Amino acid sequence: MQTRSATGVAAVFILTMALAMGACGKKTSPVVRPMPEPSLPAATPAPAPTPTPPQPVTEQPIVPPEPVAEASIDSKPLDELNREGLLKPVFFELDASDLSSDAQQALNQNAALLKEHSTWAITIEGHCDERGTAEYNLALGERRAVAARTYLVSLGIAADRLHTVSYGKEFPFDPAHTESAWAKNRRAHFVITAK
Amino acid sequence: MARPTLIVPALLLAGWATIAPGVPQQQQQQPPAPQQVPEVSFTIRGGPGTAPHFAVPDFLALTSDAETVAAAKTMGQVLWDDLQFEREFDMIPRDVYASIPVARSVTDVPFDRWRELGADGVVIGTVQRVGTGMRVEMRLYDVQSRRAALSKQYDQGASPGAPVNPRLFAHTIADEIFQQQRNLRGVARTKIAFDSNRDAERVGGTIEQRQAKEIYICDYDGANQRRITVSRTLSITPDWSPDGRAIAYTSYARGFPDIFISFIYQGILQRPTQGKGQSFLPAYSPDGKQIAFTSNRDGNDEIYVMNADGSNVRRLTHNPAIDVSPTWSPTGLQIAFVSDRSGAPQIFTMSADGTDQRPLTHESYCDRPTWSPAPYNEIAYASRTSPGGFDIKIVNLDNMQISQVTFGQGSNESPAYAPNGRHLVFMSTRGGGRQQLYSVGRDGRDLRQLTKVGANFMPNWSQ
Repeated sequence: MQTRSATGVAAVFILTMALAMGACGKKTSPVVRPMPEPSLPAATPAPAPTPTPPQPVTEQPIVPPEPVAEASIDSKPLDELNREGLLKPVFFELDASDLSSDAQQALNQNAALLKEHSTWAITIEGHCDERGTAEYNLALGERRAVAARTYLVSLGIAADRLHTVSYGKEFPFDPAHTESAWAKNRRAHFVITAK
Repeated sequence: MARPTLIVPALLLAGWATIAPGVPQQQQQQPPAPQQVPEVSFTIRGGPGTAPHFAVPDFLALTSDAETVAAAKTMGQVLWDDLQFEREFDMIPRDVYASIPVARSVTDVPFDRWRELGADGVVIGTVQRVGTGMRVEMRLYDVQSRRAALSKQYDQGASPGAPVNPRLFAHTIADEIFQQQRNLRGVARTKIAFDSNRDAERVGGTIEQRQAKEIYICDYDGANQRRITVSRTLSITPDWSPDGRAIAYTSYARGFPDIFISFIYQGILQRPTQGKGQSFLPAYSPDGKQIAFTSNRDGNDEIYVMNADGSNVRRLTHNPAIDVSPTWSPTGLQIAFVSDRSGAPQIFTMSADGTDQRPLTHESYCDRPTWSPAPYNEIAYASRTSPGGFDIKIVNLDNMQISQVTFGQGSNESPAYAPNGRHLVFMSTRGGGRQQLYSVGRDGRDLRQLTKVGANFMPNWSQ
C-alpha cells in the first residue's frame, strides 16, 4: 500500500513537471485535449485515485487529468490524502520513544509539508508492537506520539494543529509475529484530520 | 482454607433479587429463590487426611417436557464442574456412576450403590416445570449416615426476555454447598468481563483495516458470552463495579481514550471523565465509590482518583515518567501501579492519597498489578520472562516471596483475581498465537480455557 501510494505521488509529480517544462519551453498555451479512455480489462474496475501512468514524452506535452499538483492536493478528500501517505511515519526501537536521525528526517519532511499546507490539522497516533504489555503500551504509544509532536512544534508547527492519541498495541499495522512486523508496528502514524 | 463468612448466601440472593425487576436491555437472570426445607446442618467428612469424595448424578426430571429433561442433565454436569472448581472435594468422575439408576425422588436414594462407589457425599436433585418456571429440589447426603447435610428448594419464574437458566440453579447450589460445607465463598455465580474482536467489525473513519473491540461478559466458567457495547471502535479494559451492576471501561468512541461506565442492566452510559485530557484503565475502589485511572490531562500519564460520578479528581503521581495500571488494595487504603520512573516498567505501591510511593518489583518489565482479596495479601502481575513473552507471577506482600503461575507457554498478561482470591483469569497466546482467556488456580493448577471465538483480552472478574 505504502509503495503504491508513493508511486502515485511520484507519477503526479512527474506529470506536473512534464507539463511545466513543456509549457515553459515552447511558450505556447497548453492544449487541453480529452484523455484517451484507459484500456483496461473489462472486469477490472478502474481505481479512481490512481493517476494515469506517465507515457513516454515525445513531442506532445501530456496533460494531466487534474489542473496542477497544488490544487489537486487541496481538492482531494482526506481519505485520499491519507492513503497517499504524504506524511511519513516515524519508527521506534523496542520499549523506546527516542527519535532516531531517520525519525527526525521524516519529521523534517512532515514539518515542511505542514508549513506548505498551513490549514491542515493532524492526529499523531502512537503505536506499539506486541512484545510489550497491553496496559503499559497504551501509555508508551502516547509517549511516542508526544515525542513526534514535540519535535514538530520545535520546528515551528503550531501545537494546536497536532493532536495525539495512543492505540497501544491494539491496532498493529502488520499482524505477523516477526521482527519486521514489530518494527512496522512501533510507530508514530500521521493522519490528516482537517484541511 | 476456611475463613470467616463474608457474605451469607441469603444476602447474596437478596442482592440478586433486588436487581431482577426492570431489566430492559440486558437479560438479567432472575435467580432461583430458595425455600428452606428442614435440615440438619453438618459437614461431610472424607477418610482421615483426605477430602470427601463427592458424586453428582444427573438431576431427575419430574416433568417429561424436553426443556426440563435437558435442564436436569445440564444441572448435574454444571454442578459437578462448579464443585470441582474449588478443589475442596474429590469429585468422582460422572461417567463412573452413569449406570447407577437415577433417584426416583430426593428421598429415595440407592445409598448402597453410592457407598460401593466410595462416595462420601452425593447431591441428588429433581427438576420440574411449574407454570412457566422451574422448581429444583436438592439434597446433599452424607452417604454413611444417609442424612441430608443440606436441603433446598428453588423456584424460578420465567419472564419475557429472561428464560429459565438451568446453569444458574447449579451455580446457586454450588455456592451454597461451599458456604455450608467449607465456610467458603464460591464464585459460581460471578462473571468475567473482557474485550474481544470476535465480531470482526471494521472501525470507521480510518483508511486502515482496523478491527473494533467490544466489551463482553460471561459466566465464571466461560458460558453465556454476551456483548454489552456497540461502539464500532476500541472498547477495552473493563472493570466491574463491586456491586456487579456497572462496568467501567476505556472507550475510543470520541476518537481518543476516555472512561465510560455502562450500567449493563439498565442501559445507562456515563462518562465521568468528560473528555478532560485522555483517560484510560479505570479501576473501582473496593467500596465502589471511587475510581482510580490513568490520564494525560496535565501533559503526562499520571494516576488519578475520582469519585465514581467524576467529581473530586485528585492527582496522585507527579513525575515525568509513565504512571499507569492502578489497582486497589482490598481495604481501599493503598494503590499499586506501574511506573517506568526507574527505567523499565515496574510495580510500585502508595497510599491511596498518593503518599509513600515505593517500588515493589525489581525485574525486567512488570505490568498490570492486581491486588488479591483477603485473606491473601498478594499482588499478581505480568512479568517479562523472555524477549517477547510474559508470565503471570504473584508476589506475597508479607514475605516478598515471588511465585510463578504460568511458565512460558505463549505470552501471558493481564491477570485478575476471582473475588475469593483462589483463582486468576488472564489472557494468553498459548495454543496458537491469538489471545484467549484462561482461568487458573493461584497455585498454577487447574488451567481452564474460557474463550475460543475471535481474540479476547483484558479480563476482569466480578465480585
